[in-house]
This record gives sequence, C-alpha cells and structure tokens, in this order.
Amino acid sequence: MTSQTKTTIPVHLDINGHRHTLQLEPRVTLLDALRDRLGLTGTKKGCDHGQCGACTVHVDGERVLACLTLAAQVEGRTVTTIEGLAREGELHPVQAAFLEQDAFQCGYCTPGQIMSAVACIREGHAGSDEEIREYMAGNLCRCGAYPHIVAAVRQAALEVQS
Amino acid sequence: MRDFSYLRAGSVEAARQAAALPGAMLLAGGTTLIDLAKCGVAEPDSLVDITHLKGLDKVEVSERGATIGALAKMGHVADHADIKSRFPAVSEALWQAASAQIRNMATIGGNLMQRTRCPYFRDPSNFPACNKREPGSGCSALGGVTRGHAVLGTSEACIAMYPGDLAAALVAFDAIVHLGERRVPVDDFFLVPGTTPEREHAIEPGEMITAIEIPHSAAARRSTYLKIRDRQSYEFAAASAAVGIEFEADGRTIRDLRVALGGVATKPWRARAVEEALKGKVLGPDAVRAASLLAVEGAVDHGANHYKIELAPRVVARAILKMGETA
Repeated sequence: MTSQTKTTIPVHLDINGHRHTLQLEPRVTLLDALRDRLGLTGTKKGCDHGQCGACTVHVDGERVLACLTLAAQVEGRTVTTIEGLAREGELHPVQAAFLEQDAFQCGYCTPGQIMSAVACIREGHAGSDEEIREYMAGNLCRCGAYPHIVAAVRQAALEVQS
Repeated sequence: MRDFSYLRAGSVEAARQAAALPGAMLLAGGTTLIDLAKCGVAEPDSLVDITHLKGLDKVEVSERGATIGALAKMGHVADHADIKSRFPAVSEALWQAASAQIRNMATIGGNLMQRTRCPYFRDPSNFPACNKREPGSGCSALGGVTRGHAVLGTSEACIAMYPGDLAAALVAFDAIVHLGERRVPVDDFFLVPGTTPEREHAIEPGEMITAIEIPHSAAARRSTYLKIRDRQSYEFAAASAAVGIEFEADGRTIRDLRVALGGVATKPWRARAVEEALKGKVLGPDAVRAASLLAVEGAVDHGANHYKIELAPRVVARAILKMGETA
C-alpha cells in the first residue's frame, strides 16, 4: 500500500446541455461525479461493478455504465442522464410508456431501464419481444417487472418509429 | 479504489511510453480495469487513457480479410455489415457477450486483455492466496467452489477460466494480433497458466494492441458461435463453441472445419483434434458426436465443474450440425 498525495484535476463536463467544471481526483467515476458533486441523483448506484445497469447514461448518444466510466474520460463528450430526457416539461415517449405500462415496482432500476430503452430503440434493437429482452439484458430488476418493461419498450418503439 | 494519476495520451507512441513506466496501465473502455481497481485487484499508480486517440476505431474489410482497430467498440463491430456477412461467428460472439452498455464501452483490444472472473482472483481481502495475483501465494480455487473454473489448460498453480467469447472466434479463424509492427497469432497471444499464471498474454511492457486482423476463409463465412449459459443473456459461458465449416462441391463432405471452445479452458481453446477427425468425412450426426468428444481430450475436472466436460462436446456437436443444416 503506497501512500499517494491526493491530487485533483480539473474536469470539464457537458451534462444535459449544461457545462460544468469540477476539481476531481482522477479515480472519481462519472456516477459519483453526477450524484455527489452535481446533485443529479436520478442516475442510481446499484452494484457499482457493471453488473446491474442502474447507472446507465448516454455518452455521445450511446448507453454506457457511469459506474465504470471515469469522469475524466468523458471530457469533450456529451452526457445525457435521466434528468435530461424530458423536453420542456414533456415526458419522453419511453418515460410515458413506462408509466402507462406500470413498468416498475420499487423504481430503483427505472432510470437505468429508461435510459437503456431509449438507446435500445434508437439502435434498432427493439424489433420484437425477444430482441428487446436480449438487448435490455444489461438492466436488472430485482422486483421482476420484466414483462411490463418489455411491454413499455415495445409500446415506445412503435410510437417513436411511427 | 486507490487513487492514481491520469494521463490522456495524445498518440500511440506517447501511450506506449507512458504505459511502460512501472505502475502504469493503459485505460480503454475500463469495463475490466475500473472494476478490478474497485475490487482491489488492480492497483495502478497511473492510468494512460487511450480512448481519445483518433483512427484506431475503424473496421476495414479488404480482399485479405478484416482489420479491426483496437479501439473499435464491441457493439459496433457486432453490428458491422461486413463482419456479420463474412465472419458471422465473430458478430455472434460479440453480441452475446456482456450487455449492450458494456459493449458500447469495451474495445476490441481491451477485450483481449480481459481478466478471469475467478471469484478468488477477484477478492483479495478474503482470499489472499492467488498465484495469478501474487505469484507463489497459492491457489484458493483448489478445494474451493469450482463450478466456473477451467477443465482444459489448467496447471497446479491455476485453474482460472478465460471468460471471453470473441477470442474463441478469433482463435478458430487464425486471427492475428497487431502490436504496432509486431504480429502475433492470436492462439499464441494467449498463454496457458503453467507455472506463471500471472502472465496471461504474449505482450511486453511498452507494447499496445493496435488492431486485430482476421483473414477471410470459406469456413469463417459459414460460421456460428453457440453459447450455453446459466441464464439466457448477460452471462459468461458455461461452455461455448465457435465453429466454421466448408464443404466440398457435393455439399456434404467436409473440406475445412474450425472449432474453438470458450468457457471451459484457461485460454480460448482451439480443438484441432475435432477438426482433423472430421475433415474429409461426410457430415452426419453420429460422426460429429463421436468427433466432438475429442474437444475435451485431456480435460481435468475439480468436482463442481465436471459438467463442463459433458457439456462442451455437446455444444460443439450442436454447432457443427447447425452449420450443416444450412447446406
């Protein structure tokens, strides 16, 4: 165990269209920066090891895990969190579909599910229930709301495509 | 997670030099490295971030084969039209690996450097003994819970399973790892543990994977990756097989066959004995099932992982027969 002097580095972040400059230790993950430094607690910390998907956010429009991404790595990239999804107070179609289909119980995994579903539809991987299940597999729901989650993604995919 | 210094590399050369320093490691997608840093397994003094390097994320298909840049994302390669049509097993191995989020982060070069999922390796505070982590400290898996451990390529020092999917397909189709100018066949790039389980790859300090090259072949074009696991998706293989086949003009005599296993060995495992047993033969269920048993020649189980010795030949046989059906 070598002791190291705690040094911080300036990190410029573009989150939901807002620019932030934070002074961070290099080891700080995007997830901890969002939650603990920027107060954006919609992105959840589940396992913190890339196994549950609760921390799913978009970087340059693609879904990634904020718990395994260093904040410093996304400098110069565009980050979208669940807080940045609704436009002018209007729910994103995937958010509306989750409400309509009752696609959650406790709700802890829901922000990650929704961010994942938005990207899943955009990728073109929501063509059938089977495909939705496969491409949403990285988001675990301990309550087991999967059938309703699949229904919500299916509904939103039809709305977005039409 | 212990803190480290962070450097964003401006060029491949700068990255290589910075990563050659003691305590330094390259950081690409981070899906293995950041996880292992949180587990206390990786304790880098400095990370050299290569994700901002330009031009290393391309997939190029020429007359010779496909060249995949080291920083191409797993998800992008899986969905690439030419990879899907010319190397279906590669695409299938990729999209069946990890989750969509991880595939958007993890790079092809980083995927080859993925570490084992051995739970003893991943838990240094509870299991100090691990020859892979601390050479000479012993192996906590021996006598432990071994359901996910290797049955092929093991040694007295280590029975940790190599968990990757892509590499099985790469080994089957004779891919070549580009370390800058140096070229290493992918089968030689991965090392069996022997007495040095801490050394997993034929890569030297100061070297960096820059690309993977997969030569074209008729077998690669007619190929599949069959992955069997404890749950339907987002799980490592219990046993898997990358299989490619080429028939003679009669459409039933096997001219070329490629078989490699995942989920059962300490490295991606080419099953040449199966290939040789079936080349020149007419494809049929009995011949295929008999030959597939050769896939686990020399296998050694440690109790709870015995099922892999039963499972792997069946996976191989099913994959070969599936490729035959489309004749």
